[in-house]
Amino acid sequence: MNPTIAYTIISLSATGIAAAIILYIIAQRFRVFEDPRIDEVEDALPSANCGGCGYAGCRNFAEACVKADSLSGLFCPPGGNETMGEVASILGMEATEQDPQVAVVRCSGSYACRPRTNNYDGAASCAVASSLYAGDTGCQFGCLSHGDCVRVCDFDAIHMNPETGLPEVTDENCTACNACVVACPKDIIELRKRNKRDRKIFVSCINEDKGGIAKKSCSVACIGCGKCEKVCPHDAITIENFLAYIDPVKCKLCRKCAPECPTDAILEIGFPPRKPKPEEVVKVEAGEKPGMESGTEKPVEKPAEKTETAESKADKDKPKNQEESN
Amino acid sequence: MRTFRLGGIHPPENKITAGSAIRELPVPEQVSIPIYQHIGAPPKIIVERGQEVLVGQPLANSEGFISSNIHSSVSGKILKIDNITDISGYKRTAVVIRVDGDNWVETIDRSDKLVKKIESESQEIVQTVLQMGIVGLGGATFPTHVKLSIPRGKEADYLIVNGAECEPYLTSDHILMLEKTDEILTGIIIMMKALKVEKTVIGIENNKTDAISRLKEHARNFEGIEVQGLKVKYPQGGEKQLIKAVINREVPSGGLPIDVGAVVFNVGTMFAVYEAVQKNKPLIDRIVTITGKELADPGNYRVRLGTPISTLIEAAGGLPENTGKVINGGPMMGKALNSLDVPVIKGTSGVTLLPREEASRKEIQNCIRCTKCITVCPMGLEPYLLMSMGEKEMFERMELEKTMDCIECGSCSYICPSNRPLLDYIRLGKVEVNKIRRARKN
Amino acid sequence: MGLITVSPSPHDHSSESVPKLMYGVLIALLPAFLVSVYIFGIGTLIVTATAVISCVLFEFLIQKYLLREKSTVKDGSAVITGVLIAFCLPSNLPIWLVILGSLVAIGIGKMSFGGLGNNPFNPALVGRVFLFVSFPVQLTNWPEPLTNRMVYLDATTGATPLALMKEGMKNGESITSILSDIPAYIDLFLGKMGGSAGEIAAIALLLGLAYMLVRKIITWHIPASILLTVAVFTGILWMVNPDKNPDPVFHLLSGGLMLGAIFMATDYVTSPMNVKGMWIYGIMIGIITVIIRVFGSYPEGVQFAILIMNAFVPLINKYIKPRRFGERLEDG
Repeated sequence: MNPTIAYTIISLSATGIAAAIILYIIAQRFRVFEDPRIDEVEDALPSANCGGCGYAGCRNFAEACVKADSLSGLFCPPGGNETMGEVASILGMEATEQDPQVAVVRCSGSYACRPRTNNYDGAASCAVASSLYAGDTGCQFGCLSHGDCVRVCDFDAIHMNPETGLPEVTDENCTACNACVVACPKDIIELRKRNKRDRKIFVSCINEDKGGIAKKSCSVACIGCGKCEKVCPHDAITIENFLAYIDPVKCKLCRKCAPECPTDAILEIGFPPRKPKPEEVVKVEAGEKPGMESGTEKPVEKPAEKTETAESKADKDKPKNQEESN
Repeated sequence: MRTFRLGGIHPPENKITAGSAIRELPVPEQVSIPIYQHIGAPPKIIVERGQEVLVGQPLANSEGFISSNIHSSVSGKILKIDNITDISGYKRTAVVIRVDGDNWVETIDRSDKLVKKIESESQEIVQTVLQMGIVGLGGATFPTHVKLSIPRGKEADYLIVNGAECEPYLTSDHILMLEKTDEILTGIIIMMKALKVEKTVIGIENNKTDAISRLKEHARNFEGIEVQGLKVKYPQGGEKQLIKAVINREVPSGGLPIDVGAVVFNVGTMFAVYEAVQKNKPLIDRIVTITGKELADPGNYRVRLGTPISTLIEAAGGLPENTGKVINGGPMMGKALNSLDVPVIKGTSGVTLLPREEASRKEIQNCIRCTKCITVCPMGLEPYLLMSMGEKEMFERMELEKTMDCIECGSCSYICPSNRPLLDYIRLGKVEVNKIRRARKN
Repeated sequence: MGLITVSPSPHDHSSESVPKLMYGVLIALLPAFLVSVYIFGIGTLIVTATAVISCVLFEFLIQKYLLREKSTVKDGSAVITGVLIAFCLPSNLPIWLVILGSLVAIGIGKMSFGGLGNNPFNPALVGRVFLFVSFPVQLTNWPEPLTNRMVYLDATTGATPLALMKEGMKNGESITSILSDIPAYIDLFLGKMGGSAGEIAAIALLLGLAYMLVRKIITWHIPASILLTVAVFTGILWMVNPDKNPDPVFHLLSGGLMLGAIFMATDYVTSPMNVKGMWIYGIMIGIITVIIRVFGSYPEGVQFAILIMNAFVPLINKYIKPRRFGERLEDG
């Protein structure tokens, strides 16, 4: 064998072995002990890194779970009870069950319902706009339509409807991670209990102005009249600052309140159509205004539900028409 | 000619109303006096609905140290205490008064006679300034008595009076310096007494040569007052820039003027102090420039606080058909209004109307990294970087990049060839960094 | 009256705009273009027109059909890229090579990163270096100055002063004998030498620099720091051994140094954001250029120096901050 080749092989091998030894020593010396369960827990999590749990990412949440004495207060919204059950079984702890939730946009002030009072011409960000002023409509509580909520959503669950200027939640994608709730400078988005078949009844307004002022700035504003409060058999509705609020836990989805609302501020979504009384059907058709259409239209999630919602909307027009005729 | 060194721009001056004499705006039929007129805590309302008030009567008392009193600017009956849209763009508490006659509180000296002799002692002056609701009239509306109470361990050796008026369009300080020269100088002497400083420099930009020469001439009769002409450059009226320009001291990052031994007041504030101390008159009116290229009769008006801006616009010839934007203040730092019924407040140095074609921003393009925003930033910041951090909500990083030093002068947005809304996001960053800091303290 | 507009301050905007800046640069490039047309004739016209048209076209097509975004060709940056590519190519280069270079410059150098403002490397240099490395023979065949000006693919070719110098040094000739083969300095200054289309006339490029400085399109820091560094570095070498190293004036006037220092290194997107950073960037470009020229095997090194420093720009921007107001006092 050529001595040069031999030397080369020997010296390279020696260097390699020396490097390996050094690496081994360093690896031993600076080894950080990590609970192997952290990896296990992390694997069980959805890896969305959405921050819905309150921690920076799934890894941090996994560490927190492993360190914690009990899992109370620790919850992964995208994973839900199933994931938390898995985590609990890995760690041998009890998981706290939480009702699944879904984000709900509490503003129905579409372009048609809420006349503009000025043009906003700054950066297209709700945060910038709201730190500047009340907004480009008469309602200083309503949606600014710049889509900060859409930008922060990691699950493609909220989108801007260009016709109404309002965000719409896609229920099946929503994980209730809370990102849009935090992003909204007007606190319009709320996490509410997710009901069967994604049915919801809620007051789609957060305007705290007096009735007259609210109504003037937006045709579908809650005016705090209290009709819904009176009719609610479950004490789920409270009125504060001229604004009604339906407690999602107390509400039994009886649908008594929605027809009472004179401004259609209470939305009911996902229900089968009401059985209309014959004479009222005639009235609805006669009194339906095209302008109301876009106003009452609200998050229509699944195409399958579209017809249902449209019909339930027609139902809601009933009381209004009755009032008008009165 | 002196000026500050770092950054700065030269926007078109457009001082249409320069030299136009101060006119008295007739007392309107109704005023709405917001209680949020200054930086700091809102004062507590001490009047009730239905109550009759006189001109100069207190409506609200200051709550806490950084706060100020509010007085009635008219006489009449309080219609309601309600939420009205004010300069913030939101509906906030204001006292609405229906005007009835013009009856003043008796102790106020309404004559025009110059009172030069100062009777009050140092501590009394501070008390009077607090009582009379004096705040900084340059636009920031920081309560003046706070600046007069120098923190322990600090010492002021210079009083700097801001007559730079670098904001385009506005001329209220300019006309005040021309018409109320002796009153301003007396006001300065009062403040020197309160602060116990020996030296005062009045900094005036060189586009107001008449004011410089007039003040120089009159200042000979007063001791310790020097007038300094400054090279025209925006934002010279910024507190820190003015100190740098006039006495060449640099306020440390995050510090206050007092850290370099200076206290800065606006000339308008000096006039208000004069009236408060010598004439016993609370801050109930101010000089407001109403201006705009298409306005029929722009001018400088003495306006009662609480007067709706629409009334002011009527007096100046009515709202031009082509109005695209109504700004409280000037085009660089002023605030665009969303309603014309917003009342004039202590910080309203002018109302600028912009025609429609100047009202809209141009289309935003990619940042081409031309470094112009860095070149013009008077605080040596990197606006392009701060904006992209603001967009990405990297607020902790923004704090490290000295976002809080930003004086919101708008030079970066003004110069940006890509029309990027730099200041919009920097301002957002300041709000968020403030929240982070507060959370850290708790 | 319609609705009033509300926006955050400032409510005024200067007349600055991207197209205005870009067309300003084009005006500044005009003198060098005219000189080049005078020296090399029709070749310059054809190469420049080809490069500009293909750059604009590629940008338009990529934005329209690949990225499906709003077209930005009107801002003039693609035109500049085209002109700069043409300026650093020989004026007798076959058209297909020019088109290929433009495609690489716009497609890979610019649009693949997201268009104007996002490219880390100067697109024109990316195109030029791609061609230079891939087609070294065609790229080092320069036409003779002031001969056969009406012929495009001129067969009579000569070398650049820098190439002559490198060749001469390799053959062990003395500086004086090499210099006698090279045009006089005044000819170098006026552009009477072989070379790429736009790099030859120092006077025209300096005129362009003066225009850009007056219009405040760029600041003086980058060109000055590069030229100064080259002058100082080569000056030291020259003083140490005048027999082996040409004097600084030769280095300043020959090759693509002027073009690179004035138009390439100062490209907004790929240069540092503040004065301190600009100095570091400029000095490093100068040093690398001289190292490549003197010790490397290529006769010219400006393009590589600029591209190498382009890569460091993000790092410079991260760690070199402008002087903040009130900073010094805080430390003291």
